[in-house]
Amino acid sequence: MTLDLSLLPDGGVPWLAASGEHADIVLSSRIRFARNVAGYAFTARARDGERLRVLAQVREAVPRVPSLVGAALLRLDEMTTIERQLLHERHLVSKELAALEGATEARSGAAVLVSSAAAVMVNEEDHLRLQVFRSGFDIGGAFQAATKLDRELGGEVPYAFHHEFGFLTSCPTNTGTGMRASVLIHLPGLVLTQEIAKVLQGLQQMGLTYRGLYGEGSEVVGNFFQISNQTTMGRSEDELADQLTRVVRRVIEQEEEARRVLLRDAGYIIEDKLWRAYGTLRHARSLPADEAMNLLSGVRLAVGLQLLSGLSVYTLNKLLIFSQSAHLSLEAGRTLTESEANLARARHVRQVLASEAGLADR
Amino acid sequence: MLCDQCHERDAVLNLTQIVENAVTQLHLCEKCAAERGIETTVSMPKHPLGEFLQAVQQQALQVPGDAARCAYCGTSLRDFRASGRLGCAHCYGAFEQSLRDLLRRVHGSAQHVGRSYQVPNPALLERDTSLGALRAQLQKAIESEEFETAARLRDEIRTLELTAR
Repeated sequence: MTLDLSLLPDGGVPWLAASGEHADIVLSSRIRFARNVAGYAFTARARDGERLRVLAQVREAVPRVPSLVGAALLRLDEMTTIERQLLHERHLVSKELAALEGATEARSGAAVLVSSAAAVMVNEEDHLRLQVFRSGFDIGGAFQAATKLDRELGGEVPYAFHHEFGFLTSCPTNTGTGMRASVLIHLPGLVLTQEIAKVLQGLQQMGLTYRGLYGEGSEVVGNFFQISNQTTMGRSEDELADQLTRVVRRVIEQEEEARRVLLRDAGYIIEDKLWRAYGTLRHARSLPADEAMNLLSGVRLAVGLQLLSGLSVYTLNKLLIFSQSAHLSLEAGRTLTESEANLARARHVRQVLASEAGLADR
Repeated sequence: MLCDQCHERDAVLNLTQIVENAVTQLHLCEKCAAERGIETTVSMPKHPLGEFLQAVQQQALQVPGDAARCAYCGTSLRDFRASGRLGCAHCYGAFEQSLRDLLRRVHGSAQHVGRSYQVPNPALLERDTSLGALRAQLQKAIESEEFETAARLRDEIRTLELTAR
């Protein structure tokens, strides 16, 4: 099967639009609900046939779920590794569902439903992972849409629920609400002023946690952090969403303050550093993924500080996702080696930046 | 920094003492501090799951039911300890007491206070639950080579599956 990206409503990534509040600092807001279908063992314990029946049951319910109208069903168990990786790069599926660790195949029944409003992973660690993304800082909007999807789907497919423990999940760290609210946030100001450790420590005291760009187990690169609630039980969904909103609003203020301090105390050093980042991206011939991420972080900061004009946050968001390896390989029509990908990445970034600046790529 | 008393473990607390107007600083590990009757505040665990599994382990040692299994999916406490994952919704009932304590450790509460949920069509669920139970029985029958029972169960499952369509 060849992955036809045109089937994906908005490419599955409408949140790249940079349309929400504070979009230069907060890339996206996400709500995720972990749910299991009653009557089957959880995914890891389920037999192949059971997982396929879970998928069939969900698929059969989709036409009656308004939030999933026009959704594309993508079977990961019928895809190549590169195709699965591409969906992971777009944050549509987890590393686990895409079976990217080791040279394994995706498990039978592994799939994702992608509509313009939501993405639903099927047969992840839990049978269902309902996800709603919003552009910029909009936990409230994501929460409303995710709750609507959850009610609609839960009205068609019976969920595993316990009067005392709430929604039952494979891993007890998700039990209760099964809810993870998170933002993908860019904090270069706090990193450069070395205030970040204090801020992250503060998060943990507030019952929140942080991870890298791709969630659990991923490294922090390019000053991108994923901040989310740590616990899922003992507080209501609304409380969890409100708490994250409150704390993230404070973090945004701290980031803005750090940026003001940077400009005031080290204006020309910062300006020089960020223009150098832009220069490298505009002209480099080979760009490793981590370097690209760090340079894009610098340019993003320059745009936020209004040092650099004529470059949109939307373009930077797209570069962040579309310059990753699987995207480059799929564009090339074959699996690129690391050094080939570095060349292709540099070319892709140069072309996008040149066209944005109205220049020819040289 | 090492503990000033045992010189073996890392110091976790800084004790300032004033004896006869002289101020002394003492760095102590948790154990030596406890020996002196000083309670150390336990910081929030960095990996709640790690703590959680450790607790399961301790419980399992106390309770002879270490090998206790969930009747529905066959997951034992030992399996859970190894993987950190429960096998099915019925595991929550099978290991209820252990889980209640452990959820409290992970989340600070073992009581869901969020949205409640009603299964849309209880008849549908009943069918699914009985199907699941029948499948579990079938598995057992096959394992213990009771083929006549297995055949009967297989037919029952087929009938139920057909009524689902």
